[in-house]
Amino acid sequence: MSGIRVSGLGAVSPAGWGVAPLWTALKTGTPLPCAPLPRPGLERPLSIRAVPSPNPRPAFLGHPRVRRSASITHHLLGAALEAINDPSAGPRRDGERLGLIVCVMSGCVTYSRRFFEEVLENPATASPLLFPETVFNAPASHLAALLNSTAEALTVVGDESAFPTGLATAAHWLQDGMVDACLVVGAEEMDWLIADAMRLFDRGRIHAGGAGALYLRRAEAGSRGVELAAITDLHRFATRTGRRRAARRMRTELPAGSASELLLLGTQGLPVDAEEADVWLDWPGARMEPRSILGDALPASAAWHCVAACEALRRGAFTGATVSLVGTNQQAVGVSFTVSPGS
Amino acid sequence: MLFPGPNESEPRRVVVTGAGILTGLGHGWAINAARLRAGDSAVRPVTLFDVSAQRAKRAAEVDLPAELPPSRLSPKRQQRLDRGTRLLMAAGHEALRQTGWRGEAPVATVLGTTCGGMVLGEEYLTQALRAPGHWRGQATRTLYYQAQRQGVDFGDAAGIEGSVTVLSNACASGANAIGQAFELVRHGRAERALAGGYDALCQLVFSGFDSLQALSTTTCRPFDAARDGLALGEGAGLLALESEVSARRRGATILGEIAGYGATTDIHHLTQPHPEGAAALAAMRKACAQARVTPEQVGYVNAHGTGTPHNDSSEARALVDFAGNAADRLQVSSTKGGLGHLLGAAGAVEAVVCLMVLTGQWLPPQLQLAQPDPLCRFRLIREPTDAAVDVALSNSFGFGGANATLVLRRWA
Repeated sequence: MSGIRVSGLGAVSPAGWGVAPLWTALKTGTPLPCAPLPRPGLERPLSIRAVPSPNPRPAFLGHPRVRRSASITHHLLGAALEAINDPSAGPRRDGERLGLIVCVMSGCVTYSRRFFEEVLENPATASPLLFPETVFNAPASHLAALLNSTAEALTVVGDESAFPTGLATAAHWLQDGMVDACLVVGAEEMDWLIADAMRLFDRGRIHAGGAGALYLRRAEAGSRGVELAAITDLHRFATRTGRRRAARRMRTELPAGSASELLLLGTQGLPVDAEEADVWLDWPGARMEPRSILGDALPASAAWHCVAACEALRRGAFTGATVSLVGTNQQAVGVSFTVSPGS
Repeated sequence: MLFPGPNESEPRRVVVTGAGILTGLGHGWAINAARLRAGDSAVRPVTLFDVSAQRAKRAAEVDLPAELPPSRLSPKRQQRLDRGTRLLMAAGHEALRQTGWRGEAPVATVLGTTCGGMVLGEEYLTQALRAPGHWRGQATRTLYYQAQRQGVDFGDAAGIEGSVTVLSNACASGANAIGQAFELVRHGRAERALAGGYDALCQLVFSGFDSLQALSTTTCRPFDAARDGLALGEGAGLLALESEVSARRRGATILGEIAGYGATTDIHHLTQPHPEGAAALAAMRKACAQARVTPEQVGYVNAHGTGTPHNDSSEARALVDFAGNAADRLQVSSTKGGLGHLLGAAGAVEAVVCLMVLTGQWLPPQLQLAQPDPLCRFRLIREPTDAAVDVALSNSFGFGGANATLVLRRWA
């Protein structure tokens, strides 16, 4: 056992606010309906999977730090607060040093776009209210403020591999005693700019927004629960050939699998997924393709995969779960989770 | 395996065996050291984009080297590289050349940036808005705009194997990257790491700081009583880190030691530090505790010192609290008056400056200082000075309350 316990889970996704709707959508296995998103300057709208409005409206949206913030912050807070308030996590201890790691690729793209549109219009009148929210670590800063956490907070920028990178960093911090607990959150927001860019590479890719969060702590001896078992090396690539090689290397570091284990793949049946799909042809157990159901939310998708893997184990449906992530354009990495039986 | 991996119970000493720097003062250690020591400034009128409608009109632009360093990228891929990647490659090449690493072992690359390839992002958005149905060049801009792609291109160009991690903690990004890489090597999770930061000037960020009225409309004067804002800059700084054992085994030249790293979060406000500098103080204390260094042993502090009223007063209070009775002997300067504020590169470039101080035994002066802020009850370095320094601190404090301090020690 690794000694790193997954103490809480949180998710905000096109399926709704919470882990429960995420799990139900994945279990049902039916792709969520797409919605049109107007694309300025073009008649034909883009097709996306949006996060529904929360009902009831969460109280944290009224916090002074959050009122002007972007939707990525709302998603991130929704997932993070669900994870940290997870009943299985128990109450936060007094003086607990809480590390925060936020993983994004596009980050606060809506405010960045709006601010630059204002700059193009007239730089002298561009809004000083918008600019601070364009900074990559603004969501992490808001999260720290809401949780009153002054320990280290990092924002990792990258493709889907950013989330496992964040998990590994959190596990190291816990191992080294730098923090007592750590929240790792993958988040993205939706914007026509990203949906537009995704279509340049594959018209089948459906942009989505949302967040997923894992709350990690050191496992208490003899206790039962889901543990982070392993994270493979990060296998870098830049070309299609490199992508294939990276996927193979990742696969060799992960368990062979069994009929009682679950595999969560980053694939969604697109041509670009061939390299990842090929290395998993011999997997003997059940498999899920969350992106084909929820849409593509980059590191937030990676977070949903890990949340779903842990939720599957919590429900006792499987004995182990493996997440495969061959990223958009950076690295391939795999994560495996297991259940500590307790004493 | 990233996790669980090696985790040595006895932490290793981490040394620097290569350093690369590119700033408005020039390309390379030698020219930067000479011009910093001479008290030169790189701040000049902006030429990269139109600033005629902005309040501020000056920044520390880099004269990019005419040619890329030797690279394993195809000519087509080289052509597509943006300004940020070119800055990164120039500094990275210098660090790698100096360290003498060969390709036999993987290198964990940890980079800090705030903007990535924002210049390409601006081009993408401009075309998307003004010519919505015109897709030519947009896929390339999308790819090369992304920070992780810059890290991958840099690694491929330099012919190094290993992971790429990009951190974006605003103006502390470069220091955080070095700190994270330091921890990887310290605990035996990486044999070698290349860490630092880079950022290229771009219109969005320049306009952003200008909209906040954070840019000086006169001259950037950190810690001056009449300071009126910062001057932006651009550049890159990279450090090659490895364990002392590894460096000695190779017979490598050791430039200095990374002895401590402390990072905290200031939750006071998204863009303003706590007036008393509590989180800054905590970062310094944490880094010094790890390095087992007392304030009396600190010979030089390269302050974050942006030149904005809020930052400098908060940092001054934190420095005075940190040094306690030794405050009047604490030697401090901010190099941002001459280099500009390099955002994601700042912490990394300033760590290289600290290495210059430790190896050369001199202190870079605080430029344009007329009347020090009365809060500065430490010794501000006003003239280029020779000094015996064994321990240097580098402070980096960013938007969002990202605070980081590095402790560097002279290798003797």
